Amino acid sequence: MKGKVWKFENDIDTDIIIPGRYLIYTDEETLAKHCMEGLDPNFNEKVNEGDFIVAGTNFGCGSSREHAPIALKGAGIAAIIAESFARIFYRNATNLGIPLLEAPGISETIENGEKIDIDMEKGIITSESGKKYEFKKLPPFMLEILESGGLIKYLKDKK
Amino acid sequence: MSYTMSEKILANASNKDSVEAGDIVMANIDIAMTHDLTGPLSVQSFEKIGTPKVWDKSKIVIPFDHQVPADSIDSANNHIIMRKFVKEQDIENFYDVNAGVCHQILPEKGHVVPGEVIVGTDSHTCTHGALGAFSTGIGSTDMAMVFSEGKLWFKVPETNRFNITGELKDNVYAKDVILNIIGKVGADGSTYKACEFAGKTVEDMTISDRMVLANMAIEMGGKTGLIEPDEKTIQYVKKHSTKPYTVFKTDLDANSLNIIDIDVSDLEPQIACPHNVDNVKPISEVDTEIDQVFLGSCTNGRISDLRDAAKILKGNQIARGTRMLVIPASREVYSKALDEGLLKIFVDAGALVSAPCCGPCLGGHTGLIGPGEISLSTSNRNFKGRQGSPDGKVYLSSAAVAAASAITGRISMPE
Repeated sequence: MKGKVWKFENDIDTDIIIPGRYLIYTDEETLAKHCMEGLDPNFNEKVNEGDFIVAGTNFGCGSSREHAPIALKGAGIAAIIAESFARIFYRNATNLGIPLLEAPGISETIENGEKIDIDMEKGIITSESGKKYEFKKLPPFMLEILESGGLIKYLKDKK
Repeated sequence: MSYTMSEKILANASNKDSVEAGDIVMANIDIAMTHDLTGPLSVQSFEKIGTPKVWDKSKIVIPFDHQVPADSIDSANNHIIMRKFVKEQDIENFYDVNAGVCHQILPEKGHVVPGEVIVGTDSHTCTHGALGAFSTGIGSTDMAMVFSEGKLWFKVPETNRFNITGELKDNVYAKDVILNIIGKVGADGSTYKACEFAGKTVEDMTISDRMVLANMAIEMGGKTGLIEPDEKTIQYVKKHSTKPYTVFKTDLDANSLNIIDIDVSDLEPQIACPHNVDNVKPISEVDTEIDQVFLGSCTNGRISDLRDAAKILKGNQIARGTRMLVIPASREVYSKALDEGLLKIFVDAGALVSAPCCGPCLGGHTGLIGPGEISLSTSNRNFKGRQGSPDGKVYLSSAAVAAASAITGRISMPE
């Protein structure tokens, strides 16, 4: 996977990812329009399909709203790399087929806008400028869920 | 071998003799809760799975609380989707717009008893650990799995056990204790872990106070908040429920247990400052004017909170330029507050009293704040934009501090 980095800080909460007033909507397109709105009202327009988010610790803390990973997916985010993730967000994103990768140290040295290449099999992220970051490889069942495009599709494939 | 409460409850729920932190288990679910806001996504996902009937219509609880009464055609439509699901699936435990906040309804209506595994599509589902159940928030896809199969996989968590001792000073409450703990360990201080609250201070607390502690476990990343059941718990449960229950307690020499001692005897009222719940300061270090006060929510919208606030507000007027919203957490709380004359005290003081709902807590329904405005709230989150404009600010406090501050128009110590 190759794409551009959108960099964020520590403790990016679910109200930042998608504010509560938009939870009445359930479709990807509408939710994507308001993704990260509190920090950058034009985030959705700037992101290209296949871009990545790189953040610090505790990404996705707060609410259990699955609207948050739906909004990010709708905006085109292909994977999220962080120092660490909040628990419910981790499950929700995986269930929707978005890879979440924990790569210690990445938030300190990667720059906003850098292009990176993620090798899911080797567990290595390489930046355009040659910086390398290792991430904890995902267990096989999780890779299968991601390859199916989410938990529900995975369950249907299995049947 | 020795085990924590979480390990014992999850072993029981997955039909195993024992499990340890780090094990992955497939646990049977005793209660699955979804509400009007995260329910439609859960129903959509359930329909995608294609199972015709839910696994057990008696174990699903659906309260409407986030957008009640409906404030837009979109939210009315969400209510229609959920009512249709309730009818089609013959869901036994449905609470329409007149009931109250889900985390108040569940224990009040007897859906929570010790030893159960409870999941809800709301992160504050951890509240129910106050009664000794393993209770946690999940997303809509996970809920669809539960609707279909009645089971969900869990990684058995390690435990942070907060051993809380010391007598609380006047005007210091459970809310101040939990804010203090979150300030100390940080917003990710218990990520993936169960948070147990124990010690003499917790033993002396009422069930309502214990719910305040468990409710906010998620604000330090906790998977659940847990309090060992005691006489008070059993009394509460027997009063509200006829379900059988099992009491599980933590062995203090369990391997996955990390004990953190907290002395609260010198604690003063605590304030969580913008924009993170772990940005906690003692009230003496906070000085700010406020535009709005919100008394309510699943954290502090119970009758004891209304009593604490009414005692301070009685005979006083809310400051000019400040507005106050009082939202009892449930119809039962509302009714009691009516009987006790508390609502009259609020109305006479100049507050707006609204019907039970989540209110401005999540900034989706009513009482939103505008750019540059400051809210003091008894709820559980102060994230940027949480109660409306991303250019507004939210501070969190106890009910007593909220009431005292409404009178002065700035964050103030109750006298």
